Amino acid sequence: MLTYPFKLVTIIAEPVLEPRITQELRRLGATGFTVVEGRGQGSRSLHAAEIPGINVRIETIVPPDVADRIVAYIAQHYFTDYEVIAYLSDVSVVRGDKYRTPSKSGGV
Amino acid sequence: MLETLKANLLSPIPLAFALGVFARLVKSEFSLPKDIYSALSIYLLFALGLKGGVELSHASFESIVAPAGVTLLLGCITPLTAYAGMRYVGRFNASDSAGMAAHYGSVSAVTFIAAQQFMQRVGAPAEGFMPTLLTLLESPGIHIALAIGAIQRNRQLVAGGGSADEHGTLTEVLHEVLTGRTMILLVGGLIVGYFMGEAGWKAVSPFFDSGFKGALMLFLLEMGVVAGDRLGDLKKVGPFLLAFGILMPLAHGALGVALGLWAGLSASGAAVLGTMAASASYIAAPPAVRLTLPEANPTYSLTAALAITFPFNILAGIPIYYDLAQRLAA
Repeated sequence: MLTYPFKLVTIIAEPVLEPRITQELRRLGATGFTVVEGRGQGSRSLHAAEIPGINVRIETIVPPDVADRIVAYIAQHYFTDYEVIAYLSDVSVVRGDKYRTPSKSGGV
Repeated sequence: MLETLKANLLSPIPLAFALGVFARLVKSEFSLPKDIYSALSIYLLFALGLKGGVELSHASFESIVAPAGVTLLLGCITPLTAYAGMRYVGRFNASDSAGMAAHYGSVSAVTFIAAQQFMQRVGAPAEGFMPTLLTLLESPGIHIALAIGAIQRNRQLVAGGGSADEHGTLTEVLHEVLTGRTMILLVGGLIVGYFMGEAGWKAVSPFFDSGFKGALMLFLLEMGVVAGDRLGDLKKVGPFLLAFGILMPLAHGALGVALGLWAGLSASGAAVLGTMAASASYIAAPPAVRLTLPEANPTYSLTAALAITFPFNILAGIPIYYDLAQRLAA
């Protein structure tokens, strides 16, 4: 089956940032995202919520240029003060157009 | 006084709380599933709102004006005193001080409920409109504290040659606090309760009234676990915050009691108002502070609010405010 190379952006963050980040993902060109809640601890062991140890994993599959923009945005806005990590991995998908915003691909 | 303290310690709420702390101390795997904890808090807040709304429909406008006024006044004073204590006595930076002020300027609904239960137990229930006052005290303190923090920070940024930054616009915080679960369930519950009145309440009270105390105990059990989780952080925050977490509520509590009596509340009502002023928010304030003042260290404020002030109020503070109210009223 024919597949296309894309980037999977994974962001693990304090739950309080979820609304801001997901809103920003759309603006930066992601066509969708998935959020999963989990447990864990970061390097700073900040207990920033009433229930400690809860964090969210936000994932989105995007073209490489969008992935770079997302990581740059996260780094600029959140790395200093929040418990956040973001990383990219290579993925292959079928239906490549599904992961591009219509303005770039000329409509899906 | 000692008798009341002892009787309070052996009542359901402190005992359930202590069991939760104990479970954490012995590293038990027990904790309430997070969704049940959420569900219980929804139940408690909504039940509180509904009951308060029904009572509000009996209250006359005149009886509530003065207490509402002093409640708003308290909401403006407590963040300022908390900020001043942190900044000028504790020598904390502006952001940490403002973050703390947001927690101590707002109110803990569970502490409020515990105070109401205490008054019922000693046979002198507080005025029925107290939940209405609770909603008034929830948000002003957070906004005032965050405004102080934002102003101080921007001043420093501009002084340092930078530009005022874009963290947490006022509207975002306003939205965060005014649409939080506490506000929706409490204010919404008050309105629903007000309109459905006594007849409506009769229909739903088997669920919302009969189960209330049991649900509260379960909730406090988990609160014990949550607070116990933070006991380790006590070492990190140092002796000043330990003292702050006890002295600040005592000062705010005394102020609340005095203002409550002055506004015409009964001794029980004044003691509940004192408890509200003395309590520190740990549900509405943390996310608002996190979004607006991200450089404020949440370990300070949450540890003080949850691991010091909350247990202090539940175990000793409420009887103390009640005793003070009775003495002042006499």
